[in-house]
Amino acid sequence: MTDIRYMAPNTLDEAIGAFAAAGSAARILAGGTDLLVQMRSGAVKPGLIVDIKKIAEMTAIEPTADGGFRFGAAVPGAVLAEHPRFGTVWPGVLEAVNLIGSTQVQGRASAGGNLCNGSPAGDSVPAMIAAGAIVTLQGPQGRREIPVEQVPAGPGRTHLKPGEILVSFTLPPRPPGSSDAYLRMIPRTEMDIAVVGVGVSLTLKDGICTAARVGLGAVAPTVLLVEPAAKALIGSKLDDAALNAAAAACSAACRPIDDKRGTIAYRTKVAGVLLKRTTAIAAKRAGGI
Amino acid sequence: MAKLHVSTLINGEPTEFLCEPNDTMLDALRGPLGLTGSKEGCASGDCGACSITLDDRLVCSCLMLAAEAEGHELRTIEGMAKGDRLHPLQQKFLEAAALQCGICTSGMLVASEALLHKNPRPSEEEVRFWLAGNLCRCTGYDKIVRAVLETAAEMREAAQ
Repeated sequence: MTDIRYMAPNTLDEAIGAFAAAGSAARILAGGTDLLVQMRSGAVKPGLIVDIKKIAEMTAIEPTADGGFRFGAAVPGAVLAEHPRFGTVWPGVLEAVNLIGSTQVQGRASAGGNLCNGSPAGDSVPAMIAAGAIVTLQGPQGRREIPVEQVPAGPGRTHLKPGEILVSFTLPPRPPGSSDAYLRMIPRTEMDIAVVGVGVSLTLKDGICTAARVGLGAVAPTVLLVEPAAKALIGSKLDDAALNAAAAACSAACRPIDDKRGTIAYRTKVAGVLLKRTTAIAAKRAGGI
Repeated sequence: MAKLHVSTLINGEPTEFLCEPNDTMLDALRGPLGLTGSKEGCASGDCGACSITLDDRLVCSCLMLAAEAEGHELRTIEGMAKGDRLHPLQQKFLEAAALQCGICTSGMLVASEALLHKNPRPSEEEVRFWLAGNLCRCTGYDKIVRAVLETAAEMREAAQ
């Protein structure tokens, strides 16, 4: 006998009503690749599990009227990868989402779960921040939209209000000459947690970087938007001076932990190195260098 | 709390079962459903020994609630052979000695079948990346990877 309940509502209103009423004992189930592990270990004992995958908006991928994309918080990585256009417009976001876990995990794990799990090392988050993603949240007080970088509050914590559910991500339209990339440093070649992760999104016009955003993961209590690094790139031809300045800005933004997987000095240095490598990939994809 | 009643399709057979809200699909398969081919290795999604397909998509059954099976179609290792006729992957694993203790084998086979369904002509690298979530502590993987590649080649030939 357990005093746990499971529900899979068809509407967002129903989900929010039950989720808010159950209070802190309730958990949202998207792909479940974090939640079920936490339940199994005893770290989480939910009184109510709200499975959101029967809500159409949660699993949809659709173009927006202005030429961007909106996709539901529960869309699994493998489904995003099979979309005919998403990966050509946002290759960096897609490669970041697809780095989460194995083939089996990709069949279930979602960017929404990756964000709400609140890990500073979540792979999709730096790429989403670089992409300028806006998240749609809905709760008992209604719907609101905030930039993705405002969601993480610390390891395992978010700024979502009680009863609020992450509904979708909206990515902006892309001007010509735009692309993005994500790289992470791990001690293995696959199936590991980022020691550092960098997402870069940029726009090039006539060889000049006219817009850039940089997301930096696994080196602070939350994934960071590194505006000084983006500023160093914007207006430059992505020459060595600009890249060195942006790399230094990334290293300066680091407030990492020191653990068996990476020392403070290592993570800080690698943040700069990865910034350069990731920028080079994004620029190449954008049609530059 | 009453148990949940779940209606699903498992290996093509309409199936109903009862479960607790926090039972995993692996619990249900190995418990009330008696389908013990899917193994529990880690119970945290790392080892792939419990691999099944959910609406043709490869998943770990330990990372899925049994209640989530409602209205969906599952395939497990028990559905792989057609009667006494082994799937070409099963036959090749036997011939190539692509298993030793066997605990990873059903997961390896289910995952490999899902790969060949999606990509009948995988490179060695693609096989290794696809199977990165299936751990084997005996074989060193090489025989498994070669068995999958050889089966893929033979299945392509047979399809012509």
